Amino acid sequence: MADTGRLKQVAVPALGVSPVTLLRIAIILGVLAVWEFLAHSGWLYRDVVPSLLAIGRDLLELLTSGNYYFNLGVTAGEVGTALLIGGSSGIAVGILLGANRFMSKAFESYLYYLGPTPKIIFFPIMIMYFGIGPESKVALGTLSCFFPVALSVAAGMRQIDKVLIRVGKSFRAGTWQMVVKIYLPAMRHPIINGIRLGLGVALIGTLLAETKLSNKGIGFLIINAYSTFDMPRMYAMLIVLFVLAIGANALVGRFGGLHSIKRN
Amino acid sequence: MTAAAVAKHSTARDSTPALVGFGSLVAFFLVMELLIQTGLVNRFIVPPPSEIIGSFQRLILEEDIFHRFLVTLGECLTAGVMLTVFGVTGGVLMHRYKLLQQACETWVAAMASAPLVLMYPLFLVIFGRNVWTIIMMGFIAALPPVILKTIEGISSTRKVLINVGRSFNLTPAQQFWKILFPASLPTIFVGLRLGLIFALINIVGTEFLINFGGLGQLINDLAERYDLAGTYAAICFVILVSVLFFMTLEKAERWLIPVG
Repeated sequence: MADTGRLKQVAVPALGVSPVTLLRIAIILGVLAVWEFLAHSGWLYRDVVPSLLAIGRDLLELLTSGNYYFNLGVTAGEVGTALLIGGSSGIAVGILLGANRFMSKAFESYLYYLGPTPKIIFFPIMIMYFGIGPESKVALGTLSCFFPVALSVAAGMRQIDKVLIRVGKSFRAGTWQMVVKIYLPAMRHPIINGIRLGLGVALIGTLLAETKLSNKGIGFLIINAYSTFDMPRMYAMLIVLFVLAIGANALVGRFGGLHSIKRN
Repeated sequence: MTAAAVAKHSTARDSTPALVGFGSLVAFFLVMELLIQTGLVNRFIVPPPSEIIGSFQRLILEEDIFHRFLVTLGECLTAGVMLTVFGVTGGVLMHRYKLLQQACETWVAAMASAPLVLMYPLFLVIFGRNVWTIIMMGFIAALPPVILKTIEGISSTRKVLINVGRSFNLTPAQQFWKILFPASLPTIFVGLRLGLIFALINIVGTEFLINFGGLGQLINDLAERYDLAGTYAAICFVILVSVLFFMTLEKAERWLIPVG
């Protein structure tokens, strides 16, 4: 990833369109052409690969329907709450583990190994604790989001320049002042990176939980389209969802200046 | 103090945090047991830890958990083989054809941040409710990191190694197999480790969601039967399996990466 910046840009021809752009356009057109061909070939079951026209129509319908925005709002609210709870508790635990070697040695390995386990399997337990409403989805999102944030913050905390900490101490900063004035600003990148990872997994956790058991939200709409075999609608929803997820990820990265550090 | 005494002293000191960590875990379970037994926590929402431990026997005898474990492992390994073949080849091709890399690398990176697992209903339609939906879900969701790490590995081969190859007049194929590929193997393995972890997470998740296959389905089954102790025990088992899987991959990676 980091090496793209180092690649030599291919010379721009007189037309003003670089070969990279041309190749991109060619790939997109190629995929669309193959798709359309498959849609009309009859080789696959009908509607498994629906015509682009049908997907476009449903996409338009989706984007102009109030119901979709209501469900999008529900999911966004759930993911936002999950990110808020999971992110803030992750930052708190991360600071605690990063600042204290003993705590880190005692507990961090548990977080490290629990982090990459599938979280969706906790959904039955979350339903028992929080019911079948949005709360259980928020809980699952929170659980997913907590681990990457905590681990990233703990690692970031240990990488803070010792000079900064000494400056804080020589100013006799209290614990809270140290956190707000020294630790948090110095750890901006690891925190943003943790939140970016956390956002991704919180989104997955919340949406998967919605597809399993719910009556509102984007996950519900997707599984509903599946169960009524409305494939163009499902494709349309997946496209919008991916665009939103990738956009949100890029936004968090850019907001935190991750883009600039990655290129250095 | 003699050297042996110092070593002993330092090991004793080093093991304290680990003991505290483990002790806190045990204490947490004991407190939960007490709260549940005294009725302060509803046992129909949280079963007592002793009951969860007891239900492991049931999972082994009645639910054939080891067979299910093998099913999930088989799915993971199949996805792993596919990841190795297609992911690494994809990365190598993208590195070989710079134009392709410039055009597609950001797309692959974007795919890595998209919630690909949400496509499982789509895969259900394409492949049907069978083991291939699960394997493909694991494969697709884990593909971007493998491709990206392969490119990163080959791109960061040290210049001096490449120059050695050049001075020996190696053909491009020889240059790849003798220099670039071995030099990038550690980074490629990091990608494969990430990929396999993603694959395991998505495979168990898809099994749970579509109620088919190995361990994920078992959790869904037990939860639908309202067998709470069994559900908790199965979740513990899956966590244990994931942690062991993760540790094994880490060990393998350390073994592969040359010292120094």
